[in-house]
Amino acid sequence: MTLPAAIKSDFPLLDQQFHDHQLVYLDSANTSQKPQVVIDAMADYYENTNANVHRGSYELAVRATAALEGARAKVASFINAKSVSEVVFTKNATESMNLLARSWAETNLRSGDAVVISEMEHHANIVPWHMLRAQKGIELRWIPVDQSGHLDLSSLDRLLDGAKLLSVTAMSNVLGTLNPIAQLSERAHAAGALMAVDASQYVPHMPTDVQALGADFLVFTGHKMLAPMGIGVLWARAELLDAMPPFLGGGEMILNVTKDGFTANEIPWKFEAGTPMVAEAVGLGRAVDYLSDLGMDNVRRHEVELTAYALRTLTERHGDKITIHGPTEPAERGGVMSFIYGDVHPHDVAQVLDQSGIAVRAGHHCAKPLMDVLGTNATSRASLYVYNDKSDLDKLADALSAVDDIFSF
Amino acid sequence: MIGLEDLYREIILDHYRTPRNRGELETPPAQRVEGFNPLCGDEIIVYLQVDDSGVIDDVAIGGQGCSISQSSASMMSVAIKGRTIEDARKLIVAFKGLMSIHETEIGGDGSEAALGIELEGAAEDMKLGDLEALRGVVKFPIRIKCATLSWNTLAQALDEAAAA
Ligand SMILES: Cc1ncc(COP(=O)(O)O)c(C=O)c1O
Repeated sequence: MTLPAAIKSDFPLLDQQFHDHQLVYLDSANTSQKPQVVIDAMADYYENTNANVHRGSYELAVRATAALEGARAKVASFINAKSVSEVVFTKNATESMNLLARSWAETNLRSGDAVVISEMEHHANIVPWHMLRAQKGIELRWIPVDQSGHLDLSSLDRLLDGAKLLSVTAMSNVLGTLNPIAQLSERAHAAGALMAVDASQYVPHMPTDVQALGADFLVFTGHKMLAPMGIGVLWARAELLDAMPPFLGGGEMILNVTKDGFTANEIPWKFEAGTPMVAEAVGLGRAVDYLSDLGMDNVRRHEVELTAYALRTLTERHGDKITIHGPTEPAERGGVMSFIYGDVHPHDVAQVLDQSGIAVRAGHHCAKPLMDVLGTNATSRASLYVYNDKSDLDKLADALSAVDDIFSF
Repeated sequence: MIGLEDLYREIILDHYRTPRNRGELETPPAQRVEGFNPLCGDEIIVYLQVDDSGVIDDVAIGGQGCSISQSSASMMSVAIKGRTIEDARKLIVAFKGLMSIHETEIGGDGSEAALGIELEGAAEDMKLGDLEALRGVVKFPIRIKCATLSWNTLAQALDEAAAA
């Protein structure tokens, strides 16, 4: 194993039982658990540092501001942003995507302009575009997903022809598919479009370099990367952010306000109206430190190893019954495994697993267009993170046998 | 401890394996109403054919979903076939009572708010029969929505049938 053997003990929540079984948490694609150091960092902020930021002249306020801006700097370096000012804090990935749609796209797109997305997007990268279509009459085009769970790029040139934006997930939250973002960025730019990346499932699990990805915008969400809920990020190239109008108006986001109007603040604060979520940002900064200490290369290696073990074990133990969606090659995917077990409905599978203390998600995973492509309306999904190990997957394989006991007809 | 046997009673699994009144009816004369559970994507289609005297003379169920939503729909179809619209409404209230849901409004609009309260007393004499097997669902709160999906859809179909 490439991560410390005792890593589970960093996560206090994992040390509890459900239905007389030790919790086996396999729902990190939904939200991750938090290490003690993140919980402590947030408590410490409230115990020692809390004040409103950017507006106090006393020492405490200076420290609170430094805590917020320090967290921003950590995030910027974690994703290799060119400048700290390119990191905008939001509530979550969904808000980041809406900021992009409301500010950049609403300003720059006209009726008939096309936005290209894919069939494997999360609703967060679909609904804002539907809303913009209703509002401005933009055209929404879809990159299809093929049988193997990859994007079918054979018609990409046609789809990009005349498009203004390509917005694609870096890793599918249903199939685990890793998409060729650097290549897609190049193709988008060659066609005169900008490139947005939904990296909600990517930044937590892969070494991320926004410059190498060639993206123009990239969004992710703190709670899937060991940080608290309530903090997300929109990264964008500074020139783009500079030219974009503010999204929400109020305090923090202004340089000056008169009875005639206002002057917007500099980036990134221009997009951060009102008192920000400082403790959450501090938590995110600490989570980034924790992940950096583990080493994102190690995190990735651990997950490839575990995913390979999971695919092998589940197929060996339940091969005739289980269908696992997405790429079969662990190196081409993340540790997100959607599966169908016989003809048992995913809700029932998840219910039976819960009885063994195993937490998986059942449903459409906020990706209904993808469910249509898969020809189903729900899957069960087991997803991995740093604290999972082989024994968790053995327990999953064991517990699936209990599904048979109830539902074998 | 709450066990899975409280949820997956034999009669429930029987209706799941062999759903009754599965299929479609011609529309018109039948009403067709779809219900969705946005949480999980489960989908139920209720076809309802009501004769001139207000009796449900045929019912069919379509869609897909988990064992609880499918068995609940199957049992519901058996329970309402041959009943009057009014009795079917009472059954809805009785079933929701079983699920610990006490609504004053059973129709799609507000107009039946008063009727709902009145029915609550009347519903006590409605025999739920096999549907009693779903009682255990209450111990698994997130599954209550699965069990009630077909009933909410039925309520809408009854409104449409009554308005037709
Ligand atoms: C790929 C992807 N995009 C966006 C989101 C939305 O994240 P959030 O709900 O934190 O905004 C999620 C998670 O649910 C996701 O998996």
